[in-house]
Amino acid sequence: MAKQESVSGLVGLLEADGEALADEWVALVAGALGGRISRAELVRELRELYSALLEAIRSGADDAHAEGMSEVRALLTELSRSRARQGFTPSETAVSVLALKRVLEPGLREGAAEKTQAYLQLSRVLDDLALFTIETYTHTREDIISAQADQLMELSTPVVKLWDGVIAVPLVGTLDSARTQVVMEKLLQALVDTGSEQAIIDITGVAAVDTQVAQHLLKTIVAARLMGAECTVSGIRPQIAQTIVALGIEFGDIVTKATLADALQLALMKSGVELVAQQGLQR
Amino acid sequence: MSERVPVLRIGDILLVSIQVDLEDQTVMNLQEDLAEQIVSRSARGVVIDITAVEIVDSFVGRMLATIASISRLLDAETVVVGMRPAVAITLVELGLSLGGVRTALDLEKGLALLRRSVSRTDRR
Repeated sequence: MAKQESVSGLVGLLEADGEALADEWVALVAGALGGRISRAELVRELRELYSALLEAIRSGADDAHAEGMSEVRALLTELSRSRARQGFTPSETAVSVLALKRVLEPGLREGAAEKTQAYLQLSRVLDDLALFTIETYTHTREDIISAQADQLMELSTPVVKLWDGVIAVPLVGTLDSARTQVVMEKLLQALVDTGSEQAIIDITGVAAVDTQVAQHLLKTIVAARLMGAECTVSGIRPQIAQTIVALGIEFGDIVTKATLADALQLALMKSGVELVAQQGLQR
Repeated sequence: MSERVPVLRIGDILLVSIQVDLEDQTVMNLQEDLAEQIVSRSARGVVIDITAVEIVDSFVGRMLATIASISRLLDAETVVVGMRPAVAITLVELGLSLGGVRTALDLEKGLALLRRSVSRTDRR
């Protein structure tokens, strides 16, 4: 019985001049978002949310995770996702829910004790719903970030063919395990696809080399050797050479060259191509 | 009775093309067959084609190294050809760099490599 009463209290709270309430809600949220979303869209979103919430409470759902709230949660999920994609902050997202609490506040001043009771109960539900919004928002952001990382990975590891039988991978940026794995696979696949026996790994664009990066490079080179290709490392800058020596990394019998040009010359020589400068054409 | 991998002869080179899943017994049989054939046909080189091999374990990795060592003792050089990228990565991760084994990208390059090195040793 107590539950029935509390439900009717909540519904009463929300339904009492519902139109004015919803308008005020929209106005508050619109103010917080600073006009970055069209008013018509906002009205549509919040109206849907309002009626779904009313419906849920009428059906007896008094908890944000209750069965009856699934419609509300679905609407909020959609709202948080679109906010996250459009680059709104977490507070700008959560305000859509929390503003409803502020809108209901004035009604309390002249209200009786049971009205306050109902308000407190509703505010608990709204708090939970706001938390739910922020969680969804964070999930969406994480998805976006990981999708971007994947794209970056794709972009940053091209394998280029320099000559018949000579391919090169210019590495740019920071090397971590995941990226080196991608580079390794792409390089080895390119060896098979192009039938190249010479590969050059150019690390001119690599900001720093530590023991882990060196380890990855060595693994790639050994794997290429296992497949029957030779690898040259080029583009080692003076500071990086110093770091490598200071760290005590042994490159063993792996050929290293200062520049890509030197490495290409060596690779061509090994694959039996001779470079001849023509007399009279020299600058 | 486990499957046997055929050993083919091209001139003084033996060709082993592995087309079946490598079970331990198959590998042991192959080692025996190969050692016998190198002697009986006085082969100078062995080409092991693993283009069709998709999965390797440390046993297969060691097998390649062992076959290379056996052949070298019998004065034949071993070239492993057609290793897939995934296989190469696995072997590296397993810490097997197949030190004494020569490798080539495909059969054609492997045969060319063997012919070059065989003719070089003949001149000596």
